[in-house]
Amino acid sequence: MLDGRGAVRRRAGVRLWLSALWLGLLVGAALLAPWIAPKDPLAQDLFLGRLPPFWMAGHEPGYHLGTDSLGRDVLSRILHGARIALVVAVVAGSVTCLLGAALGLMAGYLRGWVDVVISRFIDIWMAFPPVLFSILLIAVIGPGLGSIILAIVIIDWTRFARVVRAEAMAQGAMDYVASARVAGRGRIGIMLREILPNVMPTIVVLLTLEMGIAVIVEAILSFVNLSISTDDPTWGGMIAEGRTSVHQAWWVLVFPLVTLFLTVLSFSQLGEGLKDRFDPVLR
Amino acid sequence: MSYLEIDRLTVRLKGGGTLLRAVSLQVAAGEVRGLVGESGAGKSMIGKAVLGILPRAAEVVSGRIVLDGVDLLTLPPAERRRRVGASCALIPQDPLTALNPSRRIGPQITDRLVDILRWNRGRAEGRARELLAEVHIPDPDRVMRCYPHELSGGMRQRILIASAFAAEPKLIVADEPTTALDVTVQKQILKLIKEMQLRHGTALLFVSHDLGVVSKVCQSLTVLYAGMVLEDAGIGDFFRAPRHPYSAALLAATPKYTDPTAGLIPVPEAVLAAVRAEVAAADRRAGHV
Amino acid sequence: MRLLQSVLVRLATTAVTLFGLAVIVFVVIRVVPGNPVAMMLPPGATEADVARLSALYGLDKSIFQQFLIWAGGVLQGDFGTSITARQPVLELVLGRLPATLELSIMALIIAIVIGGLAALTGTRLRGTRVEGGIDVANGVALSVPDFLWGLVLILLFGVLMPVFHISGRVTPSLELPFVTEFYLFESVVRLRFDLWSDIVAHMFMPALALAIPLSAIIGQLLKQSLKETMHLDYVTLSRTKGYGETHVILREALPNAALPTLTLVGVQFTFLIGGTVIIERLFSYEGLGNMAIDAVINRDLPLIQGIVILFAVIFTGVNLFVDMMYAALNPRLRHA
Repeated sequence: MLDGRGAVRRRAGVRLWLSALWLGLLVGAALLAPWIAPKDPLAQDLFLGRLPPFWMAGHEPGYHLGTDSLGRDVLSRILHGARIALVVAVVAGSVTCLLGAALGLMAGYLRGWVDVVISRFIDIWMAFPPVLFSILLIAVIGPGLGSIILAIVIIDWTRFARVVRAEAMAQGAMDYVASARVAGRGRIGIMLREILPNVMPTIVVLLTLEMGIAVIVEAILSFVNLSISTDDPTWGGMIAEGRTSVHQAWWVLVFPLVTLFLTVLSFSQLGEGLKDRFDPVLR
Repeated sequence: MSYLEIDRLTVRLKGGGTLLRAVSLQVAAGEVRGLVGESGAGKSMIGKAVLGILPRAAEVVSGRIVLDGVDLLTLPPAERRRRVGASCALIPQDPLTALNPSRRIGPQITDRLVDILRWNRGRAEGRARELLAEVHIPDPDRVMRCYPHELSGGMRQRILIASAFAAEPKLIVADEPTTALDVTVQKQILKLIKEMQLRHGTALLFVSHDLGVVSKVCQSLTVLYAGMVLEDAGIGDFFRAPRHPYSAALLAATPKYTDPTAGLIPVPEAVLAAVRAEVAAADRRAGHV
Repeated sequence: MRLLQSVLVRLATTAVTLFGLAVIVFVVIRVVPGNPVAMMLPPGATEADVARLSALYGLDKSIFQQFLIWAGGVLQGDFGTSITARQPVLELVLGRLPATLELSIMALIIAIVIGGLAALTGTRLRGTRVEGGIDVANGVALSVPDFLWGLVLILLFGVLMPVFHISGRVTPSLELPFVTEFYLFESVVRLRFDLWSDIVAHMFMPALALAIPLSAIIGQLLKQSLKETMHLDYVTLSRTKGYGETHVILREALPNAALPTLTLVGVQFTFLIGGTVIIERLFSYEGLGNMAIDAVINRDLPLIQGIVILFAVIFTGVNLFVDMMYAALNPRLRHA
């Protein structure tokens, strides 16, 4: 029994460190992109279009992962794309988290009409395919980095609100809350000092998941041509371009796809790893 | 020759820790033997080892379990399951959890007859009806169409008893069959088990912590402590003069069912210390061999 | 009586949800700067042309009036006319719905098969390396959304080993004798297995992409549920009757373990249907979601409204259906 749990914890630990390592590399790439990127991510050269990556015949020195149909360097675009991806992940993730968790906490602890109103909104949101919702919002508010972040916040707050509401409701029924009330704490005080710390592990896990989701949403919007602009290097935009030329130049799709895949996987594994850390039973 | 013979059976937890220490005992055909001890003494483990339902964390380290002349531990798993399924049965402790909530009663009684013994369905259902009548269940046809949650705990225990006798087993393990029941129902169920055992002539391994119950049902008993057999005796001899000091203390600790005011006397600490020393000595001997 | 009451309450809250959704969508898409009608006219069109066409689609009235007209129409089964296709919205939407339904249901079946097999295999071989492998695979499948799985599948089975089609619903050159839009279903009914195999070869990749995350959820939940069930007394009792491990899992544990999984599959299935929007786009599959994205890009307001309401009806309908299934399959509720 003990051995089994030890193995599970070791495996969880390895996953946690691998994801942290990948995300650390991404942060490094995002910060240092202008200095480490071998080429200008926007520079086009039609004579150097669809160059293969470095190990294949016909490659050009300096273009390590090949070029897209406009002759732009894939590696440089991935490195610069990390900036946009991480900004979206961190900003959209945390704002969504703040809004959703606050509403969920209020609905779950205050109950009454606050809960009725918030829950009704959650129901309405749940009846709407999120991808369609985000495309609709971007069509309305126009493309751009700020729009994408706003759209993610507007759509995904329910992910936090639903879960936090349920947890806050469960915590609110516990004896320690009753005794805090007897001790004369106010409702806001109980919410922030008693309930929030107990819901925090869940919120942190959801936050890491949301960061991964935000990156995907940006990619999806780029894919339907509604993201930042077609020139700016985004992973989603690269994937969209790669999809159309996948039979001629697979590398234009593969490299940004692998990057996106590992990033999303790392965010969620980070969340899983943190959950194990927070779980008092396992700790 | 005895129908079941357990010979120096040792069972350990895979992570260390011994559940049974070279346990030997015999059950003759038609004999009712009680297995007595405190909780954790290993009395249930013996039944589980015979039926092949030891927990996954436990394993048989050495010894033999000879059923009707065949050592079960040498058989391939499928053969062992079939043999045990055809000749042994279990009356479980908690009737509320021992019936599958999503299956009707009828198939839960007849499944062994149809699947393992290859009876045809009509014959198996007739047999089930007969058995339900034997355990005094009115309107067996209706009950067979019921789901478990529609029946009371006492009713379900009767069904489990009927189900245990369905294949005319030679040996039944009854694992604290009345512990989970109301006191009023306990007596009826005990009476029913005894009645069924006599009618079918089945050998019974009766696991219990209650000497009072054992004295009513069993012909012989085995006293266990920490997975070790301390005493093996006929029921009359035991209640007249228990040989082992621990048995004597256990007997003294049991409130006489004739005198409910007697109250509980705990087993004296000195006796417990002596038994623990005895277990440790046995472990040392086993280590040397 | 209690059942009837709870169904009525459900229907009432559903109606409120749909109404709220309609209002939100109606307002949101009319905040769009720029007149959608202007985009439809040739560049030289005059102000008067724009105004005339706007009046034709009722876009010159206030949002409140427009909503009343639209809602009145909806209650009579009239969802308006598509601006780009110039056809009734209901007709367009119902024409595409079968494609999306077939895709979603195929994905659901694939997810149940993969997830169920993973859970059963993991339970049967618990404590072995196989179980560990299944857990890891489940974890990865769960963390990565359908959009990325779609791209991975395009690369693997569309480019690297081109065994499946990665674009469209059916090979365009084929003659289709179908009278309904349920191609997959109708090809079976008409015993046209040549067409059937072509349709499946087109649907399989998008359906699998949608199915992978759901199969991981089913796999994890069902395995957890099975593991808990395997410790129960009736499972042990079944072992003493002479049954082997596989039989015990399938007959004793599975029916009881499947029930709690089912309720969650309902919500997850609506997420899967939501995923068809981008997956259909990715695989150029002519379904509702693909049409929805076009409608948004073309600012076809009546069509957007119609599609959104239809999705919402499907979502709430699925949830209602799952709750009824749960009641029907649970003996305790059935006989209560």
